[in-house]
Amino acid sequence: MIYREAGDFKTTYQADSQTFPLRLDRLGYYALLAVAFLVIPFVVSDYWATSVLVPFLIYAIAALGLNILVGYGGQVSLGTGGFMAVGAYATYKLTTAFPDVSILVHVIVSGLITALVGMLFGLPSLRIKGFYLAVATLAAQFFLIWLFNKVPWFYNYSASGQITMPERTVLGQIVTGPATPAWVKYIVCLTFAVSLAWLARNLTRGTVGRKWMAIRDMDIAAEIIGVNPLQAKISAFAVSSFFVGIAGSLFFAVYLGAAEVGESFGINKSFLVLFMVIIGGLGSIFGSFAGAAFLVLLPVFLKNVLVGGFGWPTDLAAHIELMIVGALIVFFLIVEPHGLAQLWRLTKEKLRLWPFPH
Amino acid sequence: MEQLLYASEIVVNGLMTGVMYALVALGFVLIYKASGVFNYAQGVMALFAAMTLVGIQQGQVPFAHLINALTGTHVSHFGWNVPAVLAIALTAVVMVLLAIAIQKLVLQHLVGQEPIILFMATIGLAYFLEGLGDVMWGADVKTLDVGLPQGISDAAEALTARLTGYGFFIDRLDIWAAVIATALVAALVAFSQYTKQGRAMRAVADDHQAALSVGISLRFIWIMVWSIAGFVALVAGIMWGTKSGVQFSLSLIALKALPVLMLGGFTSIPGAIVGGLIIGVGEKLFEYFVGPMIGGATETWFAYVLALGFLVFRPQGLFGERIIERV
Repeated sequence: MIYREAGDFKTTYQADSQTFPLRLDRLGYYALLAVAFLVIPFVVSDYWATSVLVPFLIYAIAALGLNILVGYGGQVSLGTGGFMAVGAYATYKLTTAFPDVSILVHVIVSGLITALVGMLFGLPSLRIKGFYLAVATLAAQFFLIWLFNKVPWFYNYSASGQITMPERTVLGQIVTGPATPAWVKYIVCLTFAVSLAWLARNLTRGTVGRKWMAIRDMDIAAEIIGVNPLQAKISAFAVSSFFVGIAGSLFFAVYLGAAEVGESFGINKSFLVLFMVIIGGLGSIFGSFAGAAFLVLLPVFLKNVLVGGFGWPTDLAAHIELMIVGALIVFFLIVEPHGLAQLWRLTKEKLRLWPFPH
Repeated sequence: MEQLLYASEIVVNGLMTGVMYALVALGFVLIYKASGVFNYAQGVMALFAAMTLVGIQQGQVPFAHLINALTGTHVSHFGWNVPAVLAIALTAVVMVLLAIAIQKLVLQHLVGQEPIILFMATIGLAYFLEGLGDVMWGADVKTLDVGLPQGISDAAEALTARLTGYGFFIDRLDIWAAVIATALVAALVAFSQYTKQGRAMRAVADDHQAALSVGISLRFIWIMVWSIAGFVALVAGIMWGTKSGVQFSLSLIALKALPVLMLGGFTSIPGAIVGGLIIGVGEKLFEYFVGPMIGGATETWFAYVLALGFLVFRPQGLFGERIIERV
């Protein structure tokens, strides 16, 4: 009753091929956007904006990127942390070298640079498959981290080896640096997240996305029916790295403000983003957001309960948190291996029939 | 000449490190062969085993930190020390219990899932075990001492000095590790070739359904394989723990077993050992000859890049089964 696909008639090709062909989906989407852009910035507290919403949006972008590679392209990657570092360091180098160019341009150029690096590390995927490839991408992770640690040019020869984001403005409003208001950080990340999600949605339902999925389902069969595996795999790596690079760039420039490569972009980050993708649902745009929300909120929630609620020491709480996260991941995989996106699909199914279940 | 001798000393030490990598890789191969699960948690299992061993040996109260937080008491130790042999035996029992728990609680529910899902489950398991180890025994760096000799081996130094005029520096612990690893591999090979259970294990590795149809219990075999992997993890944990202390970085060292596996092939026990030796020697030599030119600390990534470069030419690794794909 509540959710219906039927009765939504289109009279033009344009209406049939828009991003959300169903009226109900579209309305829900517009409503969500209106709340996100017009309501939340005015009511959100600084704590919620900086420690929940901003990381959620940034991780959602990274999860989108990884989902394109793993969920749509079928190429497992454990190098997300390294690619995020490329985005972050590219932004740092660009903004210190060309202070007059808008930071937004720098963020996008950083994404493009990361895409190039991603294509380079994606080349072995033509020969190596499955777990072998997953381990091979670890080479990217460890090599990139080492590179940014050891070559002083990347961090402008600063004594601490850290990179610190200078203050930059967009339209007269400070968007990076310590003086940035929380709602501005939120708006910047939201804008990127929404436009990239739109891009991902349209890429994945077009020719490019269908090629990726063909390769994912069976690469030899795809090759026989005329999908160029080189093109498909490398483009999956490129687009994925573009997203991940932008996420890394925002993570450094907007969220952290200062970063040390091993700590901020280590192997744990790669796993975290992979978890988001798996828990959210492989091959689903909504899933990337749901997974990111889940794994950003969970530690905040657990910390508030364990430390704030029970008054346990923080180190003990951190260890318990690790156990709970691990157990939940296993639990999720057992109960719903297709992730939160599948739960959402089931909910829609239920809503379609309700209140007449048969 | 001097240079050459020094290089061969590095090679010898690299071989010793390689043995350590091979030890961890062995656990991976066992589980992958028998159940097709790529067990990311192997490294954390080694850490967990080492922590448990230290805890039992020193008579620590398990979950002391948690009990103190819940009840407000201040317990920490029982006040006794358990002899090393008994402690190792007890830890082995713990690892078997862990294997049973993993089988009952995790793997049993994931039968027939895609490999990537199983892999993710073991990452979840790794997180859980890491947290569990810290909650049970505390997160501080511990020293592990089960009576293995440590320090420079005088005999090896004297021998090499007489032969070449230059005394090699070889840690006695490394020699012991090599001996124990060899014994372990020999025992594993004997077990899988000559015992009934070992044959059943190989049958499962070959084909799950065929093994089931001739009356082999998959459940039992999997518990057994995970127990053996737990035991291998214990041995690796003892070696690494004695060498560099029981701490979180232990599980990161274990990550190095992954390129070892890639190089040797996921399904080959000899591959794990040869791969371990190649990686051990390769990264030491690279660090010595090329490292200073490009900033050092190349050991963090060299193994992965080597494996990557190697795989481009031989995608199934040195001894891995040939990957045949059909449409």
